[in-house]
Amino acid sequence: MNTNYSKTAIGLHWMMAAFIFLTFPLGVVMHDLALSPLKLRLISYHKWLGVTILLLAVVRLVWRATHTPPPLPESIPHWQQRAAGSLHTLLYVLLFLIPVSGWLMSSAKGFPVVYLGLVPLPDLLPKDKALAELLTETHELLNYAMLLLLGMHIAAALKHHFIDHDSTLRRMLPFIQGKK
Amino acid sequence: MMKTRFLWLLLASLPVQAVEYNQTQLDKSSLTFAYKQMGVPMNGKFSKFAVAVKFDPDKSNSAQAQFDVDLSSIDTGYAEGNEEIAGQQWFNAKVYPAAKFISTGVKALGGNRYEAQGKLTLKGKTQEVSAPFSFKQEGKNGLFDGAFVLKRLDYAIGEGPWADVSAVANEIQIVFHIVANAASVKK
Repeated sequence: MNTNYSKTAIGLHWMMAAFIFLTFPLGVVMHDLALSPLKLRLISYHKWLGVTILLLAVVRLVWRATHTPPPLPESIPHWQQRAAGSLHTLLYVLLFLIPVSGWLMSSAKGFPVVYLGLVPLPDLLPKDKALAELLTETHELLNYAMLLLLGMHIAAALKHHFIDHDSTLRRMLPFIQGKK
Repeated sequence: MMKTRFLWLLLASLPVQAVEYNQTQLDKSSLTFAYKQMGVPMNGKFSKFAVAVKFDPDKSNSAQAQFDVDLSSIDTGYAEGNEEIAGQQWFNAKVYPAAKFISTGVKALGGNRYEAQGKLTLKGKTQEVSAPFSFKQEGKNGLFDGAFVLKRLDYAIGEGPWADVSAVANEIQIVFHIVANAASVKK
């Protein structure tokens, strides 16, 4: 039985990680900038990254639904395995909810999203100031929820690797396929 | 034969009724614009402006129009933009609170199509512009619908870092919909 994730799953996981670690701080930085061409540029990049994350999330979900992940090491207590599963489910949910809430918020603010400056996406909502404010708060809140969950995800992976010395993290590391 | 001649006589004896559209209905008129920001189409409008027109479709070459636009009444499509655009790098609205267009001529393009030429003054700079428009009669109302593309940098609208047209495009499409009532004038 294969104890590692497939190359595709590993690639998707780390691509997603890279995009999140770009998009999240970009969102925080651009939000606090005064209006300038730079701000407009960063907002656009943030939206393009967000749409990319949404597309990747679809690919990941399809892959995950059609491929069984390798089992966790048997040394891990059952409750922890279930906790890990729940955490992963929540992260998957957020990978959809966060970009979609951003898209909804952009529509409600009256800014259409044009992916990469080339592909206009449909407006999901008509312009509505009150709704835009609510969606802005929702988008922020969902992001802080993700920050918290990612913190747990990373802390758990590091704990298993450095303290428990088990194979949990190694299953997801690239370039060490086949090593035990 | 007799009947036709009689009709001609009757027509000739009538005073010529020139219909001049000159009573602007501002509540039915609009002045909007479209622009692109990072490739994203945006819409805006001016809510305060005055328009004086004199237009007789039979004498279109003597038509006249004047627009006075209160620049502080702009809605760029978002609040942050509305604050920014009044500033020095954009309209510098404290020094130049209004935009003015004065027509210098109107050309008939055939059918109900015309083209207005004139001078547009914005932020202390005056440029020649021409705007094609259509004219339509609707009861007592004359409807003027037209548009033209203004290049914001021609008027130094958006200076300093904002001169970057890859962030906010240079081309701003100005769209006007003017309703003016006819007042019959005997000539």
